[in-house]
Amino acid sequence: MDFVRNFPCISIMLCLFAGIISSGLRGKAAMLVNTGLLVTNTVLSACTLLYTLSTGASFVYVMGRFPAPWGNEIRAGVLESLIALFFCIIMLLSLFGGRHKLLQGVEEGKLYLYYVLMDLLLSSLLALVYTNDMFTAYVFVEINTISACGLIMIRQNGRTIEAAVRYMIMSLLGSGMLLLGLCMLYDLTGHLLMSNIKESVALIVAEGEYTIPLIVSIVLMSVGLCIKSALFPFHAWLPDAYGYSTVSSAAVLSSLVSKGYIFLLIKIIYRVIGFDIYHDTRIIDILFLFGLMGMIFGSTSAIRENDIRRMIAFSSVAQIGYIYMGFGMGTEAGMTASVFHILSHAATKSLLFIAAVGLTDVSGRNRQFIELTGSGYRNRWAGVAFTVGSLAMVGVPLFSGFISKLLFAQAAVQNHAKMLPALIVLGISTILNAIYFMKTVIRIYTPVEDTPYPSVTFRDRPVYAVVLTAFIVLNVMLGISSQPVVDMIRQGLAMFA
Amino acid sequence: MGANLFVNYGEAVAMILFGIGFGNLLLQPNLIKKIIGLNIMDTAIYLFLAEKGYIRGRVAPIVANGVQSVEAYINPIPSGLVLTGIVVSVSVSALMLALTIRLYRRYHTLDLDQISKQLRKEGL
Repeated sequence: MDFVRNFPCISIMLCLFAGIISSGLRGKAAMLVNTGLLVTNTVLSACTLLYTLSTGASFVYVMGRFPAPWGNEIRAGVLESLIALFFCIIMLLSLFGGRHKLLQGVEEGKLYLYYVLMDLLLSSLLALVYTNDMFTAYVFVEINTISACGLIMIRQNGRTIEAAVRYMIMSLLGSGMLLLGLCMLYDLTGHLLMSNIKESVALIVAEGEYTIPLIVSIVLMSVGLCIKSALFPFHAWLPDAYGYSTVSSAAVLSSLVSKGYIFLLIKIIYRVIGFDIYHDTRIIDILFLFGLMGMIFGSTSAIRENDIRRMIAFSSVAQIGYIYMGFGMGTEAGMTASVFHILSHAATKSLLFIAAVGLTDVSGRNRQFIELTGSGYRNRWAGVAFTVGSLAMVGVPLFSGFISKLLFAQAAVQNHAKMLPALIVLGISTILNAIYFMKTVIRIYTPVEDTPYPSVTFRDRPVYAVVLTAFIVLNVMLGISSQPVVDMIRQGLAMFA
Repeated sequence: MGANLFVNYGEAVAMILFGIGFGNLLLQPNLIKKIIGLNIMDTAIYLFLAEKGYIRGRVAPIVANGVQSVEAYINPIPSGLVLTGIVVSVSVSALMLALTIRLYRRYHTLDLDQISKQLRKEGL
């Protein structure tokens, strides 16, 4: 079974080659290549997950033939392969769910480019998840940014280009800080591989020298990744980028791209700096504070919004705040809750985006709430799916959001200093979530007498309905049988150390 | 604390340049000036790396005259990182310039705030 050790490398390489091949294909053929790639990668990641679960240990794959301090490495454990598996599934579902909009919104001759960008995006996400080398991580962060920018502006109008420019500017600020931080870290430690850096960092801290440069470098890397993943004060680019791009892009961007950066930050905390040293720098208190502020401000902005897509986008700001709040707890339990929320938010947010597009389609493509009245009756699948997504976001039992809120609350109780603010803000944020999501659900199920808009049934869009059902099943599965997933996350985090 | 500032003046200059570039990219309303800021910021990091990899009295790590001793050459890894970084920043700048051309053709201005104002007027 040792052959499985090659799978992470193979899946990254497959994505890169699929991107190159697709650039010479026509739209439909590129779509088939992309689907095949995603299915293959799902299988490969699932095999890696089973292998790491059976051996109970992570493994290192040496790229090329240069040994540890010089060569490049890939490292896979339970958590990495779980996240990779999840990313592949969500991307597959999001692409199927938004396909009809993509065919409407993108010129026929440019369709293949969309799939080239998707292949590249997947390669960079997988590389961010699996890599053990800081500079490789930086290069793939940039590839991720470039392909995400392309995904935003594939639907050409003034709004999307402006959103893409704003996204690029913020991302470039973030990656500049990340690069400077890791150059300083390289300068301090003399290594680029994560495990080697960690040993040197422990030595530096033990000797008590170079504390200030070390802290500066940690701050630069953390803030850079926070900017890129749209933590609260840096979220100005987000609503436009998610609100006006084509629906598959919005789903992929909100549920995968920002999560890729967050996962890299988790790797930096555990595998590069070391959890205890990171904890002692007090940076986590700042992350905690901004996480709490994001939870409140993201939700209040979402309440004020009159456009359903932008409302869901603002809700992402709040959810990212939750994840950073979990980091800020500074405990193992908080981190587990954050990782679970990464999965649950990815499954829910892409469901919401794709369900929302079904609702706006049966309302004359108007996105204002007044036009959406009664749309839950005109497209029943989308209505049910949107309701499930809303309930999951609010945190109703049976759905995935409940488990992540429960984990966050448990983690908060274990940390005495931060228990009160965390629990209070968690409560306020849940109420705010309920206000704007339930408002929308009530709106789409308010009957209207004579509507000018047509209804859509299962026969019109079978693929769309099947995708929504798959998303609902995924959500309920995460909500009902959460214990195996939480155990896997715990095991994976233990392997990180 | 500040005693090493003059010895390491190269790194100090790199940090000042990084700040200038960062500020320009963040605060300039003009898109072209933003891109120039981006390039200053990236170049400052390359200066920092090059400065860190340099060892006084040694030469570039290309074997010349059959000298194979490690003592004769500077650290090659920062140079490799700089090369990779240059490739990345070239592609990012090209993408930004392409986006700027698109926006200029549509709105006849390079000012990002003006463009946002016009977008709001269009009501898109």
